[in-house]
Amino acid sequence: MSALLHYNYWIVILLMMIGFYIVITHANLIKKLLGLSIFQTSVFILYISMGKISGGTAPILYPGEHVYSNPLPHVLILTAIVVGIATTALGLALVVRLREAYGSIVEDVIQQQEQEDQR
Amino acid sequence: MEMLVDVFLLGLLVATAVAISSTKDLFASIMLTGLYSLISAAFFVLMDAVDVAFTEAAVGAGISTLLMLSCMKLTGQYEPKPHRHRRLLGLVVVSVTGVLLLFGTLDTPNFGDDHSPIQDHLAPHYLTKSMEEIGIPNVVTSVLASYRGFDTFGETVVILTAGIGVLALLGFSPKRQSDDLDSLVAPMHHQKILRVVSKLLIPPILLFALYVQFHGDFGPGGGFQAGVIFAAAIILYAMIFGVHVARQVFRDGAIRLLAALGVLIYGSVGLLSFLSGKNFLDYSVLSDTPQHGQHWGIMLVEMGVGITVAAVMLIIFFTFSARVDKRERDGDENQRQ
Repeated sequence: MSALLHYNYWIVILLMMIGFYIVITHANLIKKLLGLSIFQTSVFILYISMGKISGGTAPILYPGEHVYSNPLPHVLILTAIVVGIATTALGLALVVRLREAYGSIVEDVIQQQEQEDQR
Repeated sequence: MEMLVDVFLLGLLVATAVAISSTKDLFASIMLTGLYSLISAAFFVLMDAVDVAFTEAAVGAGISTLLMLSCMKLTGQYEPKPHRHRRLLGLVVVSVTGVLLLFGTLDTPNFGDDHSPIQDHLAPHYLTKSMEEIGIPNVVTSVLASYRGFDTFGETVVILTAGIGVLALLGFSPKRQSDDLDSLVAPMHHQKILRVVSKLLIPPILLFALYVQFHGDFGPGGGFQAGVIFAAAIILYAMIFGVHVARQVFRDGAIRLLAALGVLIYGSVGLLSFLSGKNFLDYSVLSDTPQHGQHWGIMLVEMGVGITVAAVMLIIFFTFSARVDKRERDGDENQRQ
């Protein structure tokens, strides 16, 4: 059982690294945004895991003695999710504009064209 | 038992993430991302974060997938495989970073520990005092809308800004002729089953959004979730009966106005308490008793959040789908030439 005490954090790091890997190796910009959202979700999982108390329940008060999990990370992450979708939408809009300007959303092709334009 | 589900769900998340990384078809990756969000929502329920799970299910699995798909439609479905040396280099960088981070976890408090530092300072105050200070059972809503109301105000402004940003990047395309609108037929319009089922589903979804909006004080829910669910119902309608039909009711000018109105409501409540001699967003002066004032303040502020979130989601969706329509029409014209 003691091996599992940090299990959630290890998974968080694994997910974060998968997201990071996608962002740095894939050239397609939509794929990069997908990687970024995996990265983002891993941070959400980190926060929420930290707030959990064993045997606790959701922080909605009701009469009697109960153990509640920490509500603060929940608040931070809840707003982060909605802000995350808003910024992702902005990123996607940029991708669409890049495609219209360069005819491609592959990073290498865009950079190549940019270099040719500068010559 | 709880731990077993935890291990299983997180394992599933890793498997999905690996699949997202390895598939070359963007359509598959995007659908897998939707699945990934849904699994993480299930995980959040397990972690007692019901409000977060609610938001993740509505946003991540619903709206986000949809936006990614519209973007993919505009840009192409397949991606080239990354070069070998790039993959190798990426793997090295990622492994080194990962090992360093793993080293960091050795000092973290144990999972589920009720004496870890995070549980020590603010949380006990919120959990023990919020009932008498704010007077509503859902602590997450108390913290979101009252204790950390200023934060949430900032986040609402960020959402509005993102909406404005999307409009600035994609919104102002050349005006289309009005007869053009009638010629646009929604691609799913001839699907009888979808039409009937969606007609049955949309009113309950809208009603549910309102329930989530106003019941957020007592159960999971609130402005953020309600806004997204409300927008999802309209988007469902738009997808099946045609975006131009939905836009006749939710006119561009009106939803832009609503997006700003939500922030305005939020800010005005803050200003009102400010002018009544208290701190910005201290609602206790809004009514005769402080607790009653808090109730009013939270309700108004959540309403502001709900209106802004719903309007911005609609703005973003309409802007993207207008681009898709335009692309298709241009494609038709090119073929005719």
